Amino acid sequence: MQSILEQVGIGNYIILSALLFCIGAFGILYRRNAIIMFMSIEIMLNAVNLLLVAFSTYHQDASGQVFVFFTMAVAAAEVAVGLAILVSIYRNIGNIDIDNLKNLKG
Amino acid sequence: MLEIVFYILSAITLGTAFLTVYSKNPIHSAIYLVVSFFSIAGHYLLFNAQFLAMVHIIVYAGAIMVLLLFTLMLMNLNKEDEVSKPIYIKFAAVFSAGILALVLISALKTAQPEMIEYVSSNEDYQSIKVLGKVLLNEYMVPFEFASVLLLVSMIGAVLISKKEEKI
Repeated sequence: MQSILEQVGIGNYIILSALLFCIGAFGILYRRNAIIMFMSIEIMLNAVNLLLVAFSTYHQDASGQVFVFFTMAVAAAEVAVGLAILVSIYRNIGNIDIDNLKNLKG
Repeated sequence: MLEIVFYILSAITLGTAFLTVYSKNPIHSAIYLVVSFFSIAGHYLLFNAQFLAMVHIIVYAGAIMVLLLFTLMLMNLNKEDEVSKPIYIKFAAVFSAGILALVLISALKTAQPEMIEYVSSNEDYQSIKVLGKVLLNEYMVPFEFASVLLLVSMIGAVLISKKEEKI
C-alpha cells in the first residue's frame, strides 16, 4: 500500500502542525471568552496529536498512536472538569469573561 | 492525487481553526471547530489510521462538542456581547503568535528531521488488531490509569457543578 508520507513528506506535516498550534496559542491570547479559550486548547492538543500520528507513521511504530489515544482521554477529562468550573464561575459572577476574574488580585 | 487531497484538507483545517478563534459568535465558533475536527479526522484517514479517525470523531465531534455546545446554550452566550480587548493587547497577541510561528517553523526546519529517507515496509502496524495488542500488552498500566482519570474527572465535574446551599 502506498503511504501518504511518500507523496507529501513529513516536512509539510510539521509546518501544518506548527501553524495549527500557533492558531491555538493566538486564540488563547486574543479572546476573553473562556469557552473560546477552551476551544483553542483543543486546537493545540489536536495539532500535537496530528504530529504524533505523522511521526508514528514515519517510524512505523504503533506507540505514537497509543499515545494519541491517551491524549484524547486526557482532553476529554480536561474539558469535563473545565466546563464544570466555568458553569460554577458563571453562577457566581454572571458571565465568563476571563478579565472579570480578579478576586485574587487583592 | 493524495497531495492535492492533503493540501485541500490542510487549508480547511487551518481556515476553520482560524475562524473558530476569530468569529464573534460562540455558536459559530463551535460549528467551525466541528468542521476542523472532521478535517483532522480526514488527515488520520490519509495516514491509514482508521482506529484513531473513528475515535477522534466519536470523542471530539461527539462528546466534547456536545459538552461545549451544551455549556454555551446553558449560559445563553449566543448573543454577541463580548467586550473585545484593547487594541494594544490585540496587537501584542498577533505579534507574539507570529513570533511563535516563526520560531517553531524555523527551528523544526533547521532540525532536519527528514534525514532518513522514508521507506514503507509492508508490515502492518496500525490496524485495530495490532493497536489493541500494543495497548493491552505494552501499555496495560497506563490504560488502567486512564480509566481512573476519567472516573475521577467525572466525579470532580459533578461535585464542582453541584449547586451548593447558600451559607
